[in-house]
Amino acid sequence: MLTEFGRVFLFILIGIVFVAIGLVVAWLLRPHRPYPSKRTTYECGETPVGDTRMRFNVRFYVIALIFIVFDVEVVFLFPWALVYLSLGWFAFFEMIAFLTILFAGYAYVWRKGDLEWDRPAPRIPRYERGVGVREARLTEDEIAV
Amino acid sequence: METFDIIFYLFALITVGSACIVVFSKNIVYAAFSLLFTFFGVAGLYVLLQADFLAVTQVLVYVGGILTLLLFGVMLTNKVISVDMKTGTLHAVPAMILAAVVFGSLAGLFYATWSGVTAPASSIISTARPIGEMLMTGYALPFEVASVILLVAMIGAAFMARRPKKL
Amino acid sequence: MSVPLPYYLGLSAVLFAIGVIGVLTRRNVIVVFMSIELMLNSVNLTLVAYSSFLGDVSGQALVFFVMAVAAAEAAVGLALVIALFRNKQTVNIDQINILKW
Repeated sequence: MLTEFGRVFLFILIGIVFVAIGLVVAWLLRPHRPYPSKRTTYECGETPVGDTRMRFNVRFYVIALIFIVFDVEVVFLFPWALVYLSLGWFAFFEMIAFLTILFAGYAYVWRKGDLEWDRPAPRIPRYERGVGVREARLTEDEIAV
Repeated sequence: METFDIIFYLFALITVGSACIVVFSKNIVYAAFSLLFTFFGVAGLYVLLQADFLAVTQVLVYVGGILTLLLFGVMLTNKVISVDMKTGTLHAVPAMILAAVVFGSLAGLFYATWSGVTAPASSIISTARPIGEMLMTGYALPFEVASVILLVAMIGAAFMARRPKKL
Repeated sequence: MSVPLPYYLGLSAVLFAIGVIGVLTRRNVIVVFMSIELMLNSVNLTLVAYSSFLGDVSGQALVFFVMAVAAAEAAVGLALVIALFRNKQTVNIDQINILKW
């Protein structure tokens, strides 16, 4: 009597139980000997620098924005794809109009250069009088919004 | 049908509990992540209501899109130096009273209208096809207007979020 | 479908009230946004519940448009928040009290 979504629900439930059992058994069996450098965040073996909650570049937001608009577009495409054969050319041209309007927005962001990713110019570490290496670091202005 | 009842209560608990965390949590990142569970809970309720396609859409649009955007908003608007992710509340008591009034009037409205609907209607198999037919025929104009709304939102938001040119 | 309609309606009323509390009490604009999303979700739930119990799919078509508008609203609203943060360095609504600067 399981419906299709009943199977999905069962799958999620089994997934949760599986992970929970694994974690609980590991928690019961493992030795507990923490020390400071063991408790640091794992960052590919490097010593972690800075805070997790760093501020992103605002360009990521514009990309996410374009993503969400076309996400909604895909959601509208699905029910259309199921019925357009039975509804004929009218439905086809409706969707063409829909897509044309959305691609006007895409053309806008393309034209305005929101999709171009100008990288900060690479700073090559320079030797100054052979004494030391000047570190290549981003300035605050380059990180900020 | 005991199992459906249990599943309903489970999803209702997930939805309301995580919604409470969204509203009352001091940490904005916790709020954003418990919003994820609210969205999933509502998607589960859609499945129980046999709106299978909307449940998938809920996950796709809300979890995949809007929540991502909200997290970007969180990450873009905290201060680099002093990490101030915690936020306070204000006017707690008047807000509670107003929310109680809103809840009461909604409940009264529902109580006045649900009386005719006791027996569930005949089950709808796969809702995607009827929705598509409806979008393409009866709701053709709102469908096109939705694309215009998305276009305007995209252009406006890209315009506002863009880093202004160095003067 | 054994759970009766009033349960769904009561749940969505509770969700809406929680969203109202969030909009009225929280100071962070982004949390206010999340509360608005909660309220939109509760309205969607009401629509889907009625549509399912009345056997009419047009409620679900309406939910589609609500989702599209919610996506547009979140995009524009967060862009406003980002622009505001860029100019005022804050997202607390009690510190934002002028319309022009």
